Amino acid sequence: MAGARASVLVDALRAAAIAGGLAFPIVALRAEPDFSNKLVLEPRWSWMFAAMALAFLVRLASAFLPRRAAPAAARPRDEAAARRRGRAFAVFGLGVIFAWPFLVLVVAGPSGALKWIDNYGVQILIYVMLGWGLNIVVGLAGLLDLGYVAFYAVGAYAYALLATHYDLSFWLCLPIAGILAAFWGVLLGFPVLRLRGDYLAIVTLAFGEIIRIVLVNFSTLTNGDAGIGNFATITFFGVPFNASEGGFAAVFGLDHSPVYRLVFLYYLILALALVTNLATLRLRRLPIGRAWEALREDEIACRSLGLDTTKVKLTAFALGAMFGGFAGAFFAVRQDFVSPSSFNFIESATILAIVVLGGRGSQIGVAAAAVAIIGGSELLRELDVLKRFLGSEFDPTQYRMLLVGLAMVLMMNWRPRGFVATRAPTIALGERRAIGGDLVREGRG
Amino acid sequence: MSARAPFLRIEKMSMRFGGLTAVDNVSFEVSRGDIAALIGPNGAGKTTVFNCITGFYKPTSGRISMAPDGALPDPAAIDALTRSGRRHRDGLYLLERMPDHEIARAARVARTFQNIRLFAGMTALENLVVAQHQPLMRASGWSLLGLAGAPSFRHAERAAVARARDWLARIDLLARADDPAGALPYGDQRRLEIARAMCLGPQLLCLDEPAAGLNPRESADLNRLLRAIRDEFGVSILLIEHDMSVVMEISDHVVVLDYGRKIADGKPEHVRADPSVIAAYLGVPDEEVAAAEREIGA
Ligand SMILES: Nc1ncnc2c1ncn2[C@@H]1O[C@H](COP(=O)(O)OP(=O)(O)O)[C@@H](O)[C@H]1O
Ligand SMILES: [Mg+2]
Repeated sequence: MAGARASVLVDALRAAAIAGGLAFPIVALRAEPDFSNKLVLEPRWSWMFAAMALAFLVRLASAFLPRRAAPAAARPRDEAAARRRGRAFAVFGLGVIFAWPFLVLVVAGPSGALKWIDNYGVQILIYVMLGWGLNIVVGLAGLLDLGYVAFYAVGAYAYALLATHYDLSFWLCLPIAGILAAFWGVLLGFPVLRLRGDYLAIVTLAFGEIIRIVLVNFSTLTNGDAGIGNFATITFFGVPFNASEGGFAAVFGLDHSPVYRLVFLYYLILALALVTNLATLRLRRLPIGRAWEALREDEIACRSLGLDTTKVKLTAFALGAMFGGFAGAFFAVRQDFVSPSSFNFIESATILAIVVLGGRGSQIGVAAAAVAIIGGSELLRELDVLKRFLGSEFDPTQYRMLLVGLAMVLMMNWRPRGFVATRAPTIALGERRAIGGDLVREGRG
Repeated sequence: MSARAPFLRIEKMSMRFGGLTAVDNVSFEVSRGDIAALIGPNGAGKTTVFNCITGFYKPTSGRISMAPDGALPDPAAIDALTRSGRRHRDGLYLLERMPDHEIARAARVARTFQNIRLFAGMTALENLVVAQHQPLMRASGWSLLGLAGAPSFRHAERAAVARARDWLARIDLLARADDPAGALPYGDQRRLEIARAMCLGPQLLCLDEPAAGLNPRESADLNRLLRAIRDEFGVSILLIEHDMSVVMEISDHVVVLDYGRKIADGKPEHVRADPSVIAAYLGVPDEEVAAAEREIGA
């Protein structure tokens, strides 16, 4: 017993030492330019010791926290209750989602609601779409794709270019953007899908970057870093959202406000997201969906059963890319501006984080994770209250990514397999019972 | 077409991995309706032969011809197909030229694995339905009819589930149809993997050590299952087996490998009496072979 306690202490001391080693060059040694612009070393030993003390205490405390219980075998009674709870939650969630623009309009008024509909509504829904698209590739087919942002970019640029050069309407641009993204998915898929695991991850990562760099450098078409703007003439079935005589506000006898366009966009992407979700849920129960999951479980067994695994992977890649293309088109419309800087690796990483945190393969989990990660990191912009405690120089947005990262570490520690760790069978003779996540494989590409 | 005509022929097949010759110039035949056994000590190259037949490895040299729905034609016809450079013609397939999934689908060779490869996170029922991917995919109109919920697809799916249900009943797993395959006991997993291979509708079933790790009762059940597969479904079986008593009991034909070479081929009672087989199989000096011979009653 004493030995165990001593080892906990040693462990905490070791953590403190590591924190000290890390903090020494990063925190303790600070170089400030003086008035003659020469760098002067300004040591901050107190900060370093604070970091070490924090590491020591956190490590010590974590040793006394209750261990995470081993995943118990799901009992039928629990499951029925869990399903009822899940259904109630889904109904409540859907209600909130449908009413969201009106809720915030009532609470914040037309100008105050802009941010809440745009950043918290449309933006989150775009990430939900992206998460669902990548969920087909990573969650169902088990292929690790680190360059998913490529298809997001293809969709956005397809929309921007078509709308700019050919003046095509939203309703034409949207499907074309999706189809083009799917086409690129197949094109990129052919060479990479022979690779497995880490190799697949690295090559898809490279493809994501290649697409971005092509967008930067092919400036005759894409206008390079400066991007393309002013193309999204989205209309309400022919009625434009502007302040003119025939504009939306005038036609419906309302005061002009940009909020109507956003509300329309919100319901548009919501409808598209729900349609793609229904399609995915259905596909999962079709032979193609079962083949995706079988591929994730065991590729060699799939081939022994006559499944052409290259085709199975390509369909997953193409469909996932198409969803990414749809999301890209909405992104272009929402911003009315596209530039390569929106499509860097951190986007791919965020979307992958949404899928992993949500629970690979689970539609509802992925949607919840998109709300948590995107909504959460937006909420951190609102933390001006912290200034009151930490001084007016404290800028919470500077710590945003740090806090998001910390939250994700904690969440993955709490639920290593994501919000929804179980898998629902696609077909059953009797009652469908969820399958424990410990049996479900993650695929290796 | 006589009932016992050869329909799989392996000719002068070799498989080298770098400097190692795992299979060395091996030839043998399997006849329709046979239960044939491939035996030999560990590392003799049995699994490698399976991997070559089922397309997971491409043999370094040699020819594998298969007539899934009939009997092999005369050698001149096979030579003609070989020269033509094609993969198949008139129901004759050259397996060494085909990718693994096509061998399963077109040449109708199904297999199981030495280390069980079930879809662990899918239910027993789902495992058997995935094996019927080909007909279901066609019925779902490459997913378009399926997405639309077409009655023809629903009908095909019901048929697939009925077939899966039949097999679950046959292997005594109906009660566990909705349990994940990975949660089943080892012996059940072995039988489920065989049922999954059968749901493919094969003509030849290749089983890699199906009795490994089974207790005597499970082993006896397995023998009954294999006989039923052969007698009721007319499916021929090629199996790798370590347990001599199982081999002697159910197989019509035994091929013995040692260090990649074939050292015996014939009826079980002949092979059993062959001293070189016993020496190779046990890998021990003569006096111990004599003891072993007494043991197995040779
Ligand atoms: N993919 C491979 N790469 C290299 N060597 C292999 C490979 N597969 C099998 N071998 C070698 O071939 C020989 C035969 O193996 P195997 O066919 O598995 O034997 P058995 O199934 O009869 O026990 C062994 O020496 C094994 O190490
Ligand atoms: Mg073996």
